[in-house]
Amino acid sequence: MAATMESQSNTLEPVAQLPSDNVQPVIELDGLSVQFGKRQILKDLRANLRGRSIGLLGPNGAGKTTLIHTLLGFHPASSGTARVLGHDIVTDDPKQLLAQIGYMPERDSFIAKMTCVHFVRLMGELSGLPSEAALERAHEALFYVGLGEARYRTIDTYSLGMKQLAKLAQAIVHGPRLIILDEPTNGLDPPTRTRMIRLIREIRDGGHARIMLSSHLLRDVEECCDEILILKDGFIAAHCDLEEERKANRKFLEMEMRGDTHAFVEEVGKLGCEYALTGERRLKLVLQEGVEIRDFYRLAAEHQVQIRRLNYKKDSLEDIFLKAMETNAGFNAQGSKFKVENKN
Amino acid sequence: MAVYEHTYKRYSGELTPTWSRFLIIPRHAYRAVFQSKLFMAFFVACFIAPLVFAILIYLHHNVNALGILQASVDEIVPINGSFFQTLIGIQGILAFFLTLLVGPPLVSRDLTNNGLPLYLCRPFSRAEYVIGKMSVVIILSSLITWVPGLLLFLFQAYLEGGGWLKDNLWIAYAIWSSSWVWIILFALLSQAISAWVKWRVVASAALLGVYFISTVIGGIINGLFRTRLGNLISLGALLANVTAGLFRTFTPTDTDVQEFRNGRVVRQVLINQPPLWSHWLMLALICLFCLWLLYTRVRAYEVVR
Repeated sequence: MAATMESQSNTLEPVAQLPSDNVQPVIELDGLSVQFGKRQILKDLRANLRGRSIGLLGPNGAGKTTLIHTLLGFHPASSGTARVLGHDIVTDDPKQLLAQIGYMPERDSFIAKMTCVHFVRLMGELSGLPSEAALERAHEALFYVGLGEARYRTIDTYSLGMKQLAKLAQAIVHGPRLIILDEPTNGLDPPTRTRMIRLIREIRDGGHARIMLSSHLLRDVEECCDEILILKDGFIAAHCDLEEERKANRKFLEMEMRGDTHAFVEEVGKLGCEYALTGERRLKLVLQEGVEIRDFYRLAAEHQVQIRRLNYKKDSLEDIFLKAMETNAGFNAQGSKFKVENKN
Repeated sequence: MAVYEHTYKRYSGELTPTWSRFLIIPRHAYRAVFQSKLFMAFFVACFIAPLVFAILIYLHHNVNALGILQASVDEIVPINGSFFQTLIGIQGILAFFLTLLVGPPLVSRDLTNNGLPLYLCRPFSRAEYVIGKMSVVIILSSLITWVPGLLLFLFQAYLEGGGWLKDNLWIAYAIWSSSWVWIILFALLSQAISAWVKWRVVASAALLGVYFISTVIGGIINGLFRTRLGNLISLGALLANVTAGLFRTFTPTDTDVQEFRNGRVVRQVLINQPPLWSHWLMLALICLFCLWLLYTRVRAYEVVR
């Protein structure tokens, strides 16, 4: 019997503990729903996000950008609400909140006919900085992101990578408490991407600002984020603390075998391990407490199965993401546990 | 976040008052506007008429100068409401052309370059954005309409002395309010068109068309149907009549020449004008329509339904 992840009734709870409950959440989603016309884009989102850097993942059309736009007040919530840095997006004065947020949009966005330093200064002034302070910080922000030498060029003449960096500069010029980055590495060449990732990590590690990063690229999120929210069809498909996940001692095991694998796999299942068989010879499984490697060797010997290769593998973001994509939407985020529910 | 430190730090200094932030937009816009030599030349030319009117006021009160010109006070234009109305009429037209040069690209450029999310993700509302963009036009237009108008009024009051200022205070009000009618209408029209037409040249042409085509159509309706109802769809006539109302020169009837022979009017009839309030109402409706256009268009992101 070849069991797969799909056919198993797998409920993983908890994969990892979310950051301590005593940390003030950056974003609290409280039954947030957004509807455009008759189409519901976000459906009853509930989660408490506390990470230093929060990754927002999901396939196209999952609602990532809509969630960001709703938090910024661009779209009204059709029901429910959200609190960002303690400010309610429905009832509180949006200016109080927006003064503490820096936003880097996904699409090319800039003000035409302006030099970059002029543009970033204007953005700083609009955030409330006095003219002189805005100019000073515009220079600093541009040096910080690596556009110091090009700051007097008009943005129209910038390459795509430079425009992305300019967008990052305008997002941080006023020193916000929360920086929302929508696909910051889109269209970047490898060196510029590396630079962008390094900047994001530096800001995160500096502790002066929290980051929310939306991306299709799992690698970017994995490198920058410590908490993940995965959206699918407007629902939360998964929510976990990646940092804890990495630290957790829940080891994934990858095994390659030869022989009568069916009986062997059945026995492995009886040990209480969750497993997935890919093909006839490769088995992925999660080691349960009390189960040791020698148990597998013993079972293999009993069933005359050769274990050709055996690797430990921690649950990667890709695993989490793929598993979340396989599930039915309906993550019940009580704000403290990671849980993926299977439709079967 | 000092340059030498190259690290991210939050800003902890003072913030500007929220109410004044809309003025950031015109301040930055003027940097680009005054880089254009064409605009600079036009802007300077806008002060020629006020200068001429100032000279006329001066001549009116300077016997020596009149003597040099061998003219009497009666031959000089009287300084009254009509005098200032003429000034505002001239400056109003110039304000329209100024709006034509400055207004169309203001919103359209931001829409083309997706700049609106950058404004609206800050503590800066849509209303402040629109007011900020409009104030680019409003401030410049004010500098060539009611500001010189009121200065000339004060100049005349100073030279005339006595109770002239007190007796003619209504003229100051007419100068100020009629100028604002012109300015607000042009500013709203230009921003509404700019928000819907992304291409600058087309937006300028559309603004020009809205003003002149409406005036031409209104004139045609008046001529064909021997009526003055066409004034209600003519922006030029609306503004002229409202200005006349404020300067107390509006007449409820208008003469319509029906026969013209050998350079002389043979037959003319009096036609009733629509009441003054209907002109105000039409202007208010146009302004509301422009505001609605702006409301629907000025958004961080357009939701495609």
